[in-house]
Amino acid sequence: MARKLNRNLTAAQKTSYMCFFTYGVVILIYLMMQGLISSGSITSSLKGMLIPICAYIVMAVSLNLTVGILGELSLGHAGFMSVGAFTGVTAAVALQDVVSSNALRLLIGLVVGAIFAAFAGFLIGIPVLRLKGDYLAIVTLAFGEIIKSIFNNLYVGVDDKGLHMSMLSDKTQLREGGKLIIGGPMGIGGIQKISTFTAGFLLVMVTLVVVFNLVNSRAGRAIMAIRDNRIAAESVGLNVTKYKMTAFVTSAALAGAAGALFAMNYSTIVANKFDFNTSILILVFVVLGGLGNMLGSIVAATALTILPEALRQFADYRMLVYAIVLILVMLFTNNPKLKQVFNQFRTHNMRGKEAE
Amino acid sequence: MTFLNFLISGISLGSIYAIIALGYTMVYGIAKMLNFAHGDVIMVGAYVCFFAVARYDLPPALGVLLAMFVCTMLGIVIERLAYKPLRQAPSLAVLITAIGVSYLLQNGAQLLWTSSPKVFPNFFKVADQTGVKLFDGQLNISYVTMVTIAACVIIMLALTWFTGKTKMGKAMRACSEDKGAAQLMGINVNATISMTFAIGSGLAAIAGVLLCSAYPTLVPTTGSMPGIKAFTAAVFGGIGSIPGALLGGLLLGVIEIFAKAYISTQLSDAVVFGVLIIVLLVKPAGLLGKQVREKV
Repeated sequence: MARKLNRNLTAAQKTSYMCFFTYGVVILIYLMMQGLISSGSITSSLKGMLIPICAYIVMAVSLNLTVGILGELSLGHAGFMSVGAFTGVTAAVALQDVVSSNALRLLIGLVVGAIFAAFAGFLIGIPVLRLKGDYLAIVTLAFGEIIKSIFNNLYVGVDDKGLHMSMLSDKTQLREGGKLIIGGPMGIGGIQKISTFTAGFLLVMVTLVVVFNLVNSRAGRAIMAIRDNRIAAESVGLNVTKYKMTAFVTSAALAGAAGALFAMNYSTIVANKFDFNTSILILVFVVLGGLGNMLGSIVAATALTILPEALRQFADYRMLVYAIVLILVMLFTNNPKLKQVFNQFRTHNMRGKEAE
Repeated sequence: MTFLNFLISGISLGSIYAIIALGYTMVYGIAKMLNFAHGDVIMVGAYVCFFAVARYDLPPALGVLLAMFVCTMLGIVIERLAYKPLRQAPSLAVLITAIGVSYLLQNGAQLLWTSSPKVFPNFFKVADQTGVKLFDGQLNISYVTMVTIAACVIIMLALTWFTGKTKMGKAMRACSEDKGAAQLMGINVNATISMTFAIGSGLAAIAGVLLCSAYPTLVPTTGSMPGIKAFTAAVFGGIGSIPGALLGGLLLGVIEIFAKAYISTQLSDAVVFGVLIIVLLVKPAGLLGKQVREKV
């Protein structure tokens, strides 16, 4: 009887089960990790990776919104991370004397990072979303590189008169007691490490809530309709630009918050950290986890961040092994023969259930 | 005169980009995939030539031929092992595999040849002079520049002839238009795709040698940035089009050198990519690309 009910679930119910399953998994892992930390049975290298893993999970889930749900390949996601990191850290450093609570300053940093990244996403979205396919991909790549070179040449300082900015060389002319925050290619140095694992966990949860609610809303269904067939979606009266922009800006804002979280876990951060390779790294998480599958992104981001560390014993060979694993996984998951076997297995199972 | 100097070095850099972009554009045209590992094939070519000439004292010409041979083989092997099984797979899966191959080549090179930079020798000397000086030394043209531009022109003419006149070239064009129909006409599609990879990778070896002759530091990541730039150039000119790769490469090189000279060295990349975005907004399929109209 229960099984029969289970089979008659509507698609909407299935997706909502999937969301709650994902929330449950994330909360469970968080509690497990907290337990391990308090009992002291966690290695220091894994402990140091917890916050980057949270940031990468948020990056992967937000990129999955663009690539999996909106269906546009973005090769410049690290650019938004960079915007969030630099603006968020600047806000946190500038408010160091005003706001004394670390948690509140972190929150302000994350929000500022998200707002600026959303704004960058909006500006970039205007030209980008007019293009299609590989051309769109190359333009997002170009924007990622432009953002990198802007932050590599940006100087921002703070003194009692407020923030000062200049490009190319340090012309901020700070007054006595002033402090240079962003130092061009030197990036930001002397950041207070105020990111915490709990904050990372909360950010992951907020991201999941935002993404799942967007995907399961009217707007989300519209976005997926545009992905599946733009012309059909347009002909039933959907505003394609508006919905594409919604997805793109949401994705950028979440990436910005992730960037701020990531940056405030290190004492220095440079613009070159957020380059093309980082964008690709996150794209790898999304594709390996499965397009449109948020839990997959979470698992892939976690596993692939831990993998190079776990391969430490291979020392020099670890990146080589990483590359080979990547290729083999792609070859196996896309092998037509294996797929056939899986499909047979699946139909067999279903038939078995029906016979019961 | 300085303007002319900049223009010439821009054209020279652009020629290198154009040769690399040809590899991208041909592979894209026929296999509809972005071969991210192409930039690293350039690096392998440069290393092979470096070791052949600097370690084993082979004559430079033989070194270049050896590099071309190794890269051609490498291209065929990569295609056979990594890309061919994914012919029916979604394009993102192929893209990630290409990225995997790129990591593999970079890290393999790091293991084999370490990450310490090698100084690439300059082959192009006549009587210990690296170039000619014109107008009382105001205009410098190095031999590397001349060879690069000449190589680019020769390659371009040869490829135009090859794709237009030979049987294999016609097969390539047929495959890029419609693989199924080409197969029905008795064209061996797999062999044609392998051939495309072979040609693209062979050209990458030449590009690698020319690139490292002009900018002589050789490290395992040498190929990645020129690879991205050349890919941009291919899109700039209209991906899939051979004259487009030439035009895109040349323009990109000239813009980069001018931006370095007249705007700012640090911001040159931003200027290059900014121009690309503006061009794509006006012409969404690149300069010489064909706009494919969607049929409903």
